[in-house]
Amino acid sequence: MPEQDTAGRPSTPAQEVADFLRGRQEQIAQRWADAALFRTVFTHSRDEAVEAGRAVLDALAAVAAADRVEDAEAGGFDVVREQLARTAASRARAGSTVTQISAEVDALRPPVTELLLAEFPAAPAEHLRDCTTTLTVLMGTLRLVVLETALSEGEELINRQRLQLLEVATPVIKLWEGIVAVPLIGTLDSARSQVVMETLLDSIVEQHARFAILDITGVPTVDSLVAQHLMKTVAAARLMGAECIVSGIRPAIAQTIVHLGIDLSSVLTRASLADALAYALREQGTDIVSREPAGSEVR
Amino acid sequence: MKRTADGISASLPIHSDLDLVWVRQHVRQAAAQLGFGLVEQTKLVTAASELARNTLVHGGGGLLECAPVSRGGARGLRLTFGDEGPGITDLDQALRDGYTSGEGLGMGLGGARRLVHEFAIDSRPGTGTTVTVTSWMPGAPRPREER
Repeated sequence: MPEQDTAGRPSTPAQEVADFLRGRQEQIAQRWADAALFRTVFTHSRDEAVEAGRAVLDALAAVAAADRVEDAEAGGFDVVREQLARTAASRARAGSTVTQISAEVDALRPPVTELLLAEFPAAPAEHLRDCTTTLTVLMGTLRLVVLETALSEGEELINRQRLQLLEVATPVIKLWEGIVAVPLIGTLDSARSQVVMETLLDSIVEQHARFAILDITGVPTVDSLVAQHLMKTVAAARLMGAECIVSGIRPAIAQTIVHLGIDLSSVLTRASLADALAYALREQGTDIVSREPAGSEVR
Repeated sequence: MKRTADGISASLPIHSDLDLVWVRQHVRQAAAQLGFGLVEQTKLVTAASELARNTLVHGGGGLLECAPVSRGGARGLRLTFGDEGPGITDLDQALRDGYTSGEGLGMGLGGARRLVHEFAIDSRPGTGTTVTVTSWMPGAPRPREER
């Protein structure tokens, strides 16, 4: 690319588009303020939306002037990247899919093309075509930048939610004097099972528990790693003087464990949480007796 | 992740613990969609979980190709786990229960083999490992393996 004489007349379609975007900035920004992408994000005031549109147009003009209309990494985008990220994130939080956001960015193009065509009514058709093509490419690049930021925002959201899950997913419940239970739910990966083990051991000490029940009703898949985590937790609880019972073993899980070849015979297991509780109560000498209905005969 | 319209065929990257969750969910959905019963679903998902973790931990990450298959009227699901890791030098040893090169129980590979109907492993030291497993829908007579 030979150096451009910026003071002289524009010599490439990209330069021309850059000049056009600068010259018509206000008009375009006004039109964009009514487009879905800006209207739905900047709900407080229209001026804010116009201001955001101006910033984006500045960036687009800079990218075009640098003749890098196809380059999503172009420096011009850096200025608005953060703003675009906020816009995309706000749309994503409102429940828009990537496809919808993409369509909304696409909808910014027609008003600009319209103004561009009106700008050069007498220009030769070929020249006009070059300019609109350049503009289309430039807007495509803008869409790419927006989607990139939207996706990375999504990744961050997922990571945050993952951390939240780690915190909330392990309540230890006192079922009876000396009996605690942990209902395990979801994926039991290494990080989560570590949290489970720690909270369980803590509560064994706190509650002076002799029995700890690990209920895996809510664990969809028990593979060898999950089984290993369970066995380690059981062994650790045993060291603390508590007996561990694994409950909530569904028929499909039981068959799978057998095929997998994992030996859980060292672990006390029960089909349901109720069975496990009944076992623990019996072991610690607590009997639960149904009250006899009044007036019933003793058989 | 690429998915086709049938919701069964897919190629899923395996590069993190999070991807393992995706693998399990996709295999469960695909198996359910094909009409696998709960037990068969669980077995296949568990096998997929073991093999995907091997791909991640031992193969340094890779790809799962999931595809429906049919042979002589029977329908099934084929899962192909590929990695470009160090490969396995001694396959017999790796398949033996209780042998582990890491800290696991050493039941993954052998266990996965028992959870599916067909199991093939191709590994060359230095170039990577490919494990292909297939499970067939119960009910219809299981087809003979083609030689």
